[in-house]
Amino acid sequence: MSEAFGGPHGAPVSNRVPVLRLGDVLLVTLQGDLHDSTAQQLQDDLAESIVRSGAGGVIMDISGVEIVDSFLGRVLAEIAAQTDLLAARTVVVGMRPAVAITLVELGLTLPGMRTALNTEAAMELLTGQAVSSHFGGPRRESQ
Amino acid sequence: MPEQAHGTAGSPTLEIRDFLRRRREQIAQRWADEPLFRAVFTVSRDEAVEAGKAVVDALAQVADAERVEDPDAAGFTAVREQLARMAAARSRAGLSSAQVSAELAALRPPVENLLLEDLPDAPAEQVRACAGTLGVLMGTLRVVVTQTALSEGQALIDRQRLQLLEVATPVIKLWDGVVAVPLIGTLDSARSQVVMETLLESIVEQQARFAILDITGVPTVDSLVAQHLMKTVAAARLMGAECIVSGIRPAIAQTMVHLGLDLGNVVTRASLADALGYVLHELGVGIVTPGAKGAVTR
Amino acid sequence: MHTAAGSQARLPIRSDMDLVWVRQHVRQAAAQIGFGLVDQTKLVTAASELARNTLIYGGGGTMETEPLTDGGARGLRLTFADEGPGIADLEQALSDGFTSGEGLGLGLGGARRLVHEFAIDSAPGAGTMVRVTSWVGRPPRPREES
Repeated sequence: MSEAFGGPHGAPVSNRVPVLRLGDVLLVTLQGDLHDSTAQQLQDDLAESIVRSGAGGVIMDISGVEIVDSFLGRVLAEIAAQTDLLAARTVVVGMRPAVAITLVELGLTLPGMRTALNTEAAMELLTGQAVSSHFGGPRRESQ
Repeated sequence: MPEQAHGTAGSPTLEIRDFLRRRREQIAQRWADEPLFRAVFTVSRDEAVEAGKAVVDALAQVADAERVEDPDAAGFTAVREQLARMAAARSRAGLSSAQVSAELAALRPPVENLLLEDLPDAPAEQVRACAGTLGVLMGTLRVVVTQTALSEGQALIDRQRLQLLEVATPVIKLWDGVVAVPLIGTLDSARSQVVMETLLESIVEQQARFAILDITGVPTVDSLVAQHLMKTVAAARLMGAECIVSGIRPAIAQTMVHLGLDLGNVVTRASLADALGYVLHELGVGIVTPGAKGAVTR
Repeated sequence: MHTAAGSQARLPIRSDMDLVWVRQHVRQAAAQIGFGLVDQTKLVTAASELARNTLIYGGGGTMETEPLTDGGARGLRLTFADEGPGIADLEQALSDGFTSGEGLGLGLGGARRLVHEFAIDSAPGAGTMVRVTSWVGRPPRPREES
């Protein structure tokens, strides 16, 4: 069950990042090279989506993003801070090694941002329960 | 231009350019008999002549651009690699760099003799000027070869060093979702870069939530090493993994305190075993001691 | 050091669409020259920071790319130029956290840490020129003590 939030303002569809809903969580997949305006549009759209859907979490999958400069880094950090204010939590997922190394060299370590290796791990982080048991070896269940 | 015009002659540089173009074949023929060309092109003399012509063409082009003193002149580009290969071949044959340099210097007299043949009636001043220019041009050629040979050697060393670094950075899978990199030896910036990339790549490959960087084998931790460790930990965190630094021996811990080095909020453990224990605990994995009744977590 | 045969280009920086072209062009040029993935990413990110500075503070300008060889080493040089208001205090502009427009103020100082060589020339009213160069296979220069 997923639902896309379209753009009512007549902006071209390609300039919008689709926001999908998975239960209590909004899923955003960023891909390729983003325009500054697309990133800013996403920030606005997400705030609206959270309010409208009452979602408790946002997963931003950036595994398809080849470069994060200080502008996009700032947008990601702002989205995280903004969702916190709206009582939701954001997890940034799948950052590539080359991107991570570059951000650190750039001096942008984004300390307040939640991160996860993949969507499964992010779901687990947001919902507090394991999505699949194969992850991280045998899991000890508390008796 | 000052009134230095002697008959039809232009500047000495252009004079040399015309001379090189005119005498291209003869110069190449004479060079083919010089030790440098003879020793490199052992199979075919024609090949040596062709190589010689290419060098003459390059020199003429440099003279045409009036850049006889400039080793970076565009004219040298075409023959740079070939000259470097020739010099490298001579070094491999056991010649010292001074000997290779001498062989290069030996290319000058045959050209100079041809030049003098061409200027039997020219005023002494013009002959001197032309010979001087040729001397400078041949000197620049030597610089080009030496420069290129040196940087080729450096590039080879760099490549080999990098290969060695990659070999010396093993990634060990300790558990499902847990990788470790034991570091041995000094951490300079080239090595740190390789370590960081290797570790982060393995995090993706293994989908490892935890990575352990064990520095038991690192002799000293100075501020630069501490900085590299913190960068690696920060990059891993951005990817969604936790990186633990283990193997900080008491002596190292002491030095770090003395130097006022702080690893920030990096999770550290005394040994690799302690680090694994921490990770397993975080993963909620129980270790069962044989014979014991219950499950014990370290 | 001299310019290698290869793609030398000049790109306009007039809009945030141009920033995308700049990034793609630098990515391609760097890959062609033989930069590894991490170094490509660093160079593209530096280009993005500098192009954005050119756009926001300089009111637009150009980027020139120039492949280089120095003996056996290969490199890429990027030159960003604008005719904007210029920078009065370069020292301050290079320090982290300084910003006169939007962003985290990591633009210049951050870009400098991502490349091997960094040069800037600017004066109030005289525009700004930033030139950065990176070399293939060379380890990153150690970050200055902070």
